[in-house]
Amino acid sequence: MVPINYYIVLSAVLFTIGVLGVLIRRNALIIFMSIELMLNAANLAMVAFGSIFTSKDGQPIFSGQIFVFFVIAVAAAEVAVGLALIVEIFKSKRSIDVDQMNSMKG
Amino acid sequence: MILFFILALVAIATALGMLMSRNAIYSALFLVLNFITVAVFYLLLGAPFIAMAQVTVYAGAIMVLFLFVIMLLGAESLSGEFSLQKLWFPGLLALTLAVEAAYLLITKARPVGDVLPPGAAANEAGTLVELSKALFSNYLLPFEVTSILLLVAMVGAIVLTHKEKRAPK
Repeated sequence: MVPINYYIVLSAVLFTIGVLGVLIRRNALIIFMSIELMLNAANLAMVAFGSIFTSKDGQPIFSGQIFVFFVIAVAAAEVAVGLALIVEIFKSKRSIDVDQMNSMKG
Repeated sequence: MILFFILALVAIATALGMLMSRNAIYSALFLVLNFITVAVFYLLLGAPFIAMAQVTVYAGAIMVLFLFVIMLLGAESLSGEFSLQKLWFPGLLALTLAVEAAYLLITKARPVGDVLPPGAAANEAGTLVELSKALFSNYLLPFEVTSILLLVAMVGAIVLTHKEKRAPK
């Protein structure tokens, strides 16, 4: 079977790609998608860790999966509010370039 | 094993495609593919419920919301987004992160074991029953708090986008 380390390495690679996306893109929507990618990488690591632990009588422990379930719910809430914010910013500035969002610069 | 490597390749390729494509719609579609690939990983890891939740919530609901907003704003692409001069510093930061993660994984992480093969205890038909028992007994309070969080997010989104008729001053 696949060792757990491979899953963790894959999760780290996906997380790094997400970080790179936040750093180099200027489109607010793509930055948002990169954040989703990072959440997803963390979820993958949690499910992978959760799948290797069992309780004393051999039953699987579901804490990892349940936590991932909560993370998915929080991501859904975050996307709803974040996209509403992006729509509002677009309405006022006619752009979603994050370099343009500098009106609060001192 | 071979399946894992093919899927990992697809996952990384789609993530890079999401990062690199100039059109935001292509980015969103690449991300849908990436989410579905990760859902297959969840199936391999013996978590069918999470896999289905991933497909419906992430690849279904969230990405449809993204596509809807992209098309609503008509903001598919920004002009002059990529320039190699601007790329080196964030690239350096991300490379540092990757090297740190690789260093820690190689030196600190002990191989604690293989993931459960499909068909082992985690993948039986009773998985969903056991999962829901745990969810509604030990994790009942976080579950309810999640419902309140979703309600707050819904109200917040409506408040943000709803155009209120203000009384003339």
